[in-house]
Formats: sequence, structure tokens, C-alpha cells
Amino acid sequence: MVVVTPTAGAPTGAGPTTRRRPGGRPVLRLLILVAIVAVVLYPLIWMVGTSVKSQEEIVNNIGLLPERFTPGNYTAGWSNFDVSFGRFFLNSAMVSLLTVVGNGISCLLAAYAFARLRFRLRGMWFAVMIGTLLLPSHVLIVPQYILFRTLGLVGGDWPYLPLLIPQFLATEAFFVFLMVQFMRGVPRELDEAARIDGAGPYGIFRHVILPLSRPALVTTAIFSFIWTWNDFFRQLVFLSQLEDYTVPVALTLFIDSTSQSAVGPMFAMSVLSLLPVFLFFVAFQRMLVEGINTSGIKG
Amino acid sequence: MALTTAPEPTRPDPGPVRHSEGLAGYVFLSPWLIGLMGVTAIPMLLSLYLSFTNYDILTPWSEVQWVGLANYERMFTADPSYWHSVRVTLTFALIAVPLKLAAALGVALLLNRAWRGVGLFRGLFYLPSLLGGSVALAIVWVNMFNRDGAFNSLLSLFGIQGKPWVNDPDWALETLMVLAIWQFGAPMVIFLAGLKQVPTELYEAASVDGAGRFRKFRNVTLPMLSPVIFFNLVLETINGFQGFTAAFVLSNGTGGPVDSTLMYTLNLYITGFTDLEMGYASAMAWVFLLAIAVITAIFFSTGRFWVHYSDGEDR
Repeated sequence: MVVVTPTAGAPTGAGPTTRRRPGGRPVLRLLILVAIVAVVLYPLIWMVGTSVKSQEEIVNNIGLLPERFTPGNYTAGWSNFDVSFGRFFLNSAMVSLLTVVGNGISCLLAAYAFARLRFRLRGMWFAVMIGTLLLPSHVLIVPQYILFRTLGLVGGDWPYLPLLIPQFLATEAFFVFLMVQFMRGVPRELDEAARIDGAGPYGIFRHVILPLSRPALVTTAIFSFIWTWNDFFRQLVFLSQLEDYTVPVALTLFIDSTSQSAVGPMFAMSVLSLLPVFLFFVAFQRMLVEGINTSGIKG
Repeated sequence: MALTTAPEPTRPDPGPVRHSEGLAGYVFLSPWLIGLMGVTAIPMLLSLYLSFTNYDILTPWSEVQWVGLANYERMFTADPSYWHSVRVTLTFALIAVPLKLAAALGVALLLNRAWRGVGLFRGLFYLPSLLGGSVALAIVWVNMFNRDGAFNSLLSLFGIQGKPWVNDPDWALETLMVLAIWQFGAPMVIFLAGLKQVPTELYEAASVDGAGRFRKFRNVTLPMLSPVIFFNLVLETINGFQGFTAAFVLSNGTGGPVDSTLMYTLNLYITGFTDLEMGYASAMAWVFLLAIAVITAIFFSTGRFWVHYSDGEDR
């Protein structure tokens, strides 16, 4: 181990020497990290490999990759039920995209009020909003179900309303908080300048905050999409007709049919269902990682 | 931690109070306010009321009976499966959360030193946190620990005869713990951000004082990181209590084998939506809420003794 004695007065990070602090042996560290990556990725690679194995190979071939590439699982899985998976994917996409729109609009409006406007009881409402951050959705599911059912919205003509209405009412406090934190970073001088030009609270929102909040909106959109796409609990509770099912609910149908022959198709559809999230990850990796930083720790 | 930040104090007002701004505040806040009332507050009160009734979705409102504390009494004295689900949930959280955080911190320390490729590793480690909560991954996980799964293939390489772990009441919950630990990436990213905030001068000063690597970790890294550890601990514990999807998939919604994966939220779901005992489920929900509030309060009150804030600004 190399101990570098810092020279008095040397600015940190002045040259490569100051960076070579203890903890050396980069090769060993790299090996450990690669080993961890292998463990972390193994289930994912196994999943993809199994999805293109024949039934016989799933049982007998313990290798990661198939000896004979069998794409048939995908077509078999796609039409495994009376309703095709295409329908389930459309349903999931619709719910997820509308959730993105709802969260984006409603959380931005609320965040602007909290971050920029002065009104009576603002401090109290802000505290309430923070309080709802930690409120588990499981606690509210029974009464929400009853209320939406009383309103005739459960299993109605368009059964997604109980899933979507809360999203248009800024109930995801996490995103409100994320946007408040972001808006606090927008210089107030811009507001003042707009005010001098005669803009009121609405004008400032329209011409200053809205255009400058794009990064926060994008982060919100990505997380909204992924979380809704993966969400199971609420969709399980509120959707009851096969043709209304979203992908996660439809996937559980495979578990009911316990026959071994369904494993390949089940894996194929599982891979497909994770694909959108994976693509988001590839496209926005940096943003996702930074996103949990800015919102997780104080901004 | 962020959750305690109050809105920044308003600047001294240069001019007369703008009434239009006060009105505008409520205009912008109105969707949130409606949501707070309709989606959160009223359902909460309804749930409190229901918890004192025998409501099931089938009987009309006029015939709903007030049963007083009967639901709570049943929960605490006459429902062994309720206590079993409490035990399962606590076991899960007590084992999975510390291990997950330890993994997150360990890998964050490995990644912390600046060198090329950090971004790639960070991204790959974070990927399971994005995928892990889905039904699809739970399905993969259950099969991985089943008779013909990848885990037993791995064991067979060492000549060990595996078993269908997910069907074994002694091991089913453990496979779910491994799934939770596998998703260490999200807390890891937060740890990494925290590690970046530790001033290099502190390590240099410790070096001058002759501190070795372990002493530096013990006396510099851990105290400086304690607010982030605290944040992750609170967040992951609360998340851990709410584990639902994987337990549902593993047991096909029953909490089996032999109730070994009957997490609290799964029990609540079965009670409310399979057995339709919505009054009783509401009582469960309220106890759950109170338990989470109490545990959070305990965290915050004990945090004073071990969470170190370098100066007032973080509070």
C-alpha cells in the first residue's frame, strides 16, 4: 500500500500523485467488480437464454445458452391466452403513457405553487405533502376500491379510470417533491425580470418555470413510465376482465397454468415485458442514476 | 435528510401583498388538493370507519354493522395467521434490509475511487433495481430457485444435489430475500453520491495522524456517511415491509408454501379482495400504517445518537 504524504498547501486533485491514495491495487478491485457484475447479470442472461430454449433443453441443458435457438416460445407465448399479448402490451402502454401525462401536468402545477407562490397555509400543505411521501399505497387500496366501485368506475366501460384519476391529481408526492427541489434551483431573478415586464404568477409559470423545468419533467416522465409499467398491485386490484389486463397481470396467468410446457413461453413474454424498461435504461441511464440522487438526497 | 426540509422562507416582500398571488397559489395547488381530499384523506377516514364494521363489498351500506373493536380484537387475539404474517414480514425486513445496505455500501466503496469505467459499473449494478420489482423478474426468480433452475445447476457443478427451494417452507422466504438484496443498486447510487461529499482533507488529515485504511473507514467515512446511511435505512425498511409482488408470484397469491411467504401486504390483499373481509382488512391497514409511523419515529429518535451532521445545514 502506498501512503502519499500530502504536501502542505498543495491543492487537492492538483495532479495524478494526489489521487494515488491508499486503496491501490486497481487490478484486484477490478476483478472483484467484474465478479459482482457476473452475479448481478446472471439471472438476466439466464432469463434470455431460457426464453429461446426448447422445452426439452430447459429441463436438460444447464448451460446459459441453448444448443438450438428456439424462437418459437415467443410466438407461442404471444397467443397463449384467448387474448393476445399484443392487447396486453397496448393496455400497459396506454396506462403508462397517460400516467406520464397526468403526473407531469399535475405535479408541475403543485410544485410551482409550493416552490414559488406565497399563499395562506403553504407551510402546512407542504408538510402534509411530505407526510404523504411515506404513506404506503397498500393502506389506501381497500377504501379507494370501495369509493371507485361506488362511483361505478371499477370494471366500467373504461376500467382504467381508477388507475389514472389519482395520477392526474398529483398524488405521487415523490414527483412533486422532486420538482419543488428542482425549481428552487431556478434563479429568482428570472421571476423578477418577468414581473417587471408585467407578468403575473401565470405568466411566470408559462414563460419562465415551464420551459426551464424540462429536465425535471423528463426525469418524472421516465420514472412514471417505468414504475407504472412495472406496477402490479393496483392493476391487479382494479382490472378484472381478461381483455383489460395489463402485461404484469397477464403474466400471472402463466403461473396458474402450472404445466411445465408453459415455462418457455412464460419466459419469452417476461423478456418482452422487461424490454421497454431496459431500453429506457440504455437510453437514459445517466439521467436515471442522477435522478435518484437529486431527489433522494437534498437538492 | 431531505424529508425534513421546510419550504424556504419567503423573501421580505418588496411591495404590497399581492392578493392575486395568494389566489394563484390555490389555483395551481387545486389538483393536488382535490387529490389529497378525494384519493388520500377521505379514503383514510373511510378506512378508519370500516375498520370498526363488518363490511364486505357484497352487503348494501344500510346493512353494514358497527362491530366496535371486534376486528382489532380478532387481529390481536384470535388470528394466528395474522401474527404469522407479522413474523414473516419482520424476518424479511430484519435480514434482507441490512444485507442489502451492506452490499450497497461495500460496492459503493469499491466504486468510489475515481477511475474509468465507474459509470458503466454503476449503471449495470443499478439495472436490477429498475427490473427487480416487476412480475416478470419475480417469475424468473421463482424458476431460478426451482427444481430445474439455474441455482441448482450451479450447485450440481459442485456435486451438490439441490431441491426446489421455492416449494420448501424453510427456504421460500430466503429466495425472496436474495431477490431484494440483488437490487442493491438503488441504495448504492445514493451511497456513492454521499461518499463524494466527504471532504478529501479529512482523509489526508487522518493519514497524517497515521490512521490506516480501517481506522479511516471507521472514523471518517462512517460518521460522514451516517446521514445517507440513515436515509437509506429508513427508506429500505419501509419498502421492505411492503414487499408484495414477488411473494404473490412465488405463492400464486396464497402466501404459501405453508404461509412461509405471507407478507403483511399479501395477507391484507387476501383478506380484503379474496375473502372480501374489507372491514377486517381496513383494520389491518390501519395497524400497518401505525406500525410504520412508530418505526419511523423510532428511527428518527435514535438517529440523534448515531447520525452525524457536519454542520447545521443538513438538518
